[in-house]
Amino acid sequence: MVDIDVKKIVAGEFSWKTLPPAGMIEIPTSIEYKTGTWRIEKPVIDQSKCTKCLICWIYCPDMSIKRMFDGGVEVDYEFCKGCGICAEVCPQKAIKMVEE
Amino acid sequence: MIEIRWHGRGGQGVVTVSDILARSAVLEGKYAQHFPEFGPERSGAPVKAFTRISDEPIEIHSGIYNPDVVIIIDRGMSQRFQPYIDGLKGNGMVFLNLGDDASHIDRSTLPPAAKVYTVDARKISVEEIGRPIFNIPMLGGLVRVLKMPTLNIVEEVLSGRFSGELVEANIKILRRAYNEVKNLG
Amino acid sequence: MSELRPLRKMALTGDEAVAYAAKQADVDVVAAYPITPQTIIVERLSRYVADGELNAAFIQAESEHSALSICIGAALAGARTFTSTASQGLALMHEVLHIASSMRTPIVMAIANRALNSPLNIHCDHSDVMNARDTGWIHLFANNVQQAYDLTLMAFKIAEDPDLLLPVSVNMDGFILTHSVEPLEILSDEEVRQYIPHIPYPYRIDFDRPLAYGVMALPDTYMEFRKQLFEVTRKAPQVFRKASNIFSAISGRSYDLLTPYFVEDADVIVIALGSTIETLRYAARRFRERRLKIGVVGLTMYRPFPEKEIVDVLENARCIAVLDRAYSYGGVGGPLYTDILSTLYKNQIGVMIADFVYGLGGRDLKLTDIEQLFNKLFKSLEVGRFDQDIYWWGVKDD
Repeated sequence: MVDIDVKKIVAGEFSWKTLPPAGMIEIPTSIEYKTGTWRIEKPVIDQSKCTKCLICWIYCPDMSIKRMFDGGVEVDYEFCKGCGICAEVCPQKAIKMVEE
Repeated sequence: MIEIRWHGRGGQGVVTVSDILARSAVLEGKYAQHFPEFGPERSGAPVKAFTRISDEPIEIHSGIYNPDVVIIIDRGMSQRFQPYIDGLKGNGMVFLNLGDDASHIDRSTLPPAAKVYTVDARKISVEEIGRPIFNIPMLGGLVRVLKMPTLNIVEEVLSGRFSGELVEANIKILRRAYNEVKNLG
Repeated sequence: MSELRPLRKMALTGDEAVAYAAKQADVDVVAAYPITPQTIIVERLSRYVADGELNAAFIQAESEHSALSICIGAALAGARTFTSTASQGLALMHEVLHIASSMRTPIVMAIANRALNSPLNIHCDHSDVMNARDTGWIHLFANNVQQAYDLTLMAFKIAEDPDLLLPVSVNMDGFILTHSVEPLEILSDEEVRQYIPHIPYPYRIDFDRPLAYGVMALPDTYMEFRKQLFEVTRKAPQVFRKASNIFSAISGRSYDLLTPYFVEDADVIVIALGSTIETLRYAARRFRERRLKIGVVGLTMYRPFPEKEIVDVLENARCIAVLDRAYSYGGVGGPLYTDILSTLYKNQIGVMIADFVYGLGGRDLKLTDIEQLFNKLFKSLEVGRFDQDIYWWGVKDD
């Protein structure tokens, strides 16, 4: 297998020789993309209202709701794109979208 | 190389018997080829199959147009065999499924040096196993005249092909036809 | 080595021989959808699985499109994967064919070459595989039942070569080979195990080492992935030769990309694919008895096209006839003809050449048709040119 330097690929430094065959790349490249910079609004959780029902965790399309050891949730702001789905689905209205 | 063309009707085992002959010839150490002509696959429709047997590897992969042997499994087609002997070699052989009615056949269209053989496949199979089977008796007559493959080898192939009492039944009619094939000259 | 081996001679149809090879290859997954004249292959394999003679997952898909999609998933999971199809089935697979090669899945597929509709026809021609020629698959052609068996085993060796990892198709003429009983020599199960041991697929799905599969590539990367496919297919001839050398040491039978026959001194060379090759050879020998020097060239590997080898055999030819069992409607000629023309032009070989379209929908190419064809070639050579560029040989005309 070719030794793949993901950082270089992300930086646009590659040729057909250095790309993995068929794009079968080992290290999930999405970790290198800090999509948190895309946000216009960010979700803020009011932990006093949260019932730990995990509906936001299920619905988040970017795996940016993190489950914590106490069973509750926090937002991973490095990756959250601010789509607002979590705020929309929260049955307790515990999540609010706040301007960055 | 000997080239054999089988004629009969869908459901009479035309393809099966050509297949059995080729497999027997290979088992005997010869080169052989069997292939069916697939027309409309309907019970009762005229069907052809082809067998080539040779001491050398067989390269030709096209149909047989000038057979050494024409063998007709169907009784009605045997009585009116003229359309089926097309291209028969001058010294070719014709095998017909006929009994006593063989004496009135019209030989006018046959090449003068051609030989006719008959097997009363209906009588043999009905007497031996109680139902009409035409393909294996015709094979029995053919292998007697060709002097190959041996009966033992054909029986071995039949045993692999069929199961249960069908093996014994087919061997019975094969052997009787082998002994009763008639040379009409 | 081959002298010491006991001969294992069998009489099988082409379909039976290919199924037997796949069984001996100990395939892990068979996914297929039945279609004449291929059906007997998967019928046999399903029986082997049901009888416990083959430990494999046999999956009857709801279409050929799904069958090949299942094969891709299975191959990525690391399974040795086999399928087979023909005609409309191969056409229905078409978009997945591209995915199988560009995802580098070493699938082996038998194609029982059959005409395309319409009119409905179940008999042999090469229209089906010619539609698939630009898909990045390796396409091999068998001339007889022995070759169908041998090439199926070699196909696994070629497909799974770590330098290649590409799907391979083994083509055999529908009915002419699929339903013909012919004698063939088979390897023992142990010899097959030695020849094609199960080697792990290097990119297999593995939870401890997750990979991305079937990625999307935007304009900034797509072309690089396609360049990879371009480069890797070019390795196929050398991988074929490697697979053939090892096969030859085990079986005593050797294969090359081309099968040149009597070409050295030939005035006229005929090029074709599939079972026609052997009939042409037989006819060529008969012509040589009359001092008419015909050479016959068959292609065992059609894709990638063995360009260099073709140049080697055609360099000194005076007259070339290409036999095409398919046509590229609206194109320059039949697919094989077009390939040969391009090869000749690229290598600055100017020689008289014509295309002979034949055998569509199972139309038999009789010995008499071949004799007429050969006579036509010698007559054209005499006058120094063909009176047409594309002949439809054996078509009823008035």
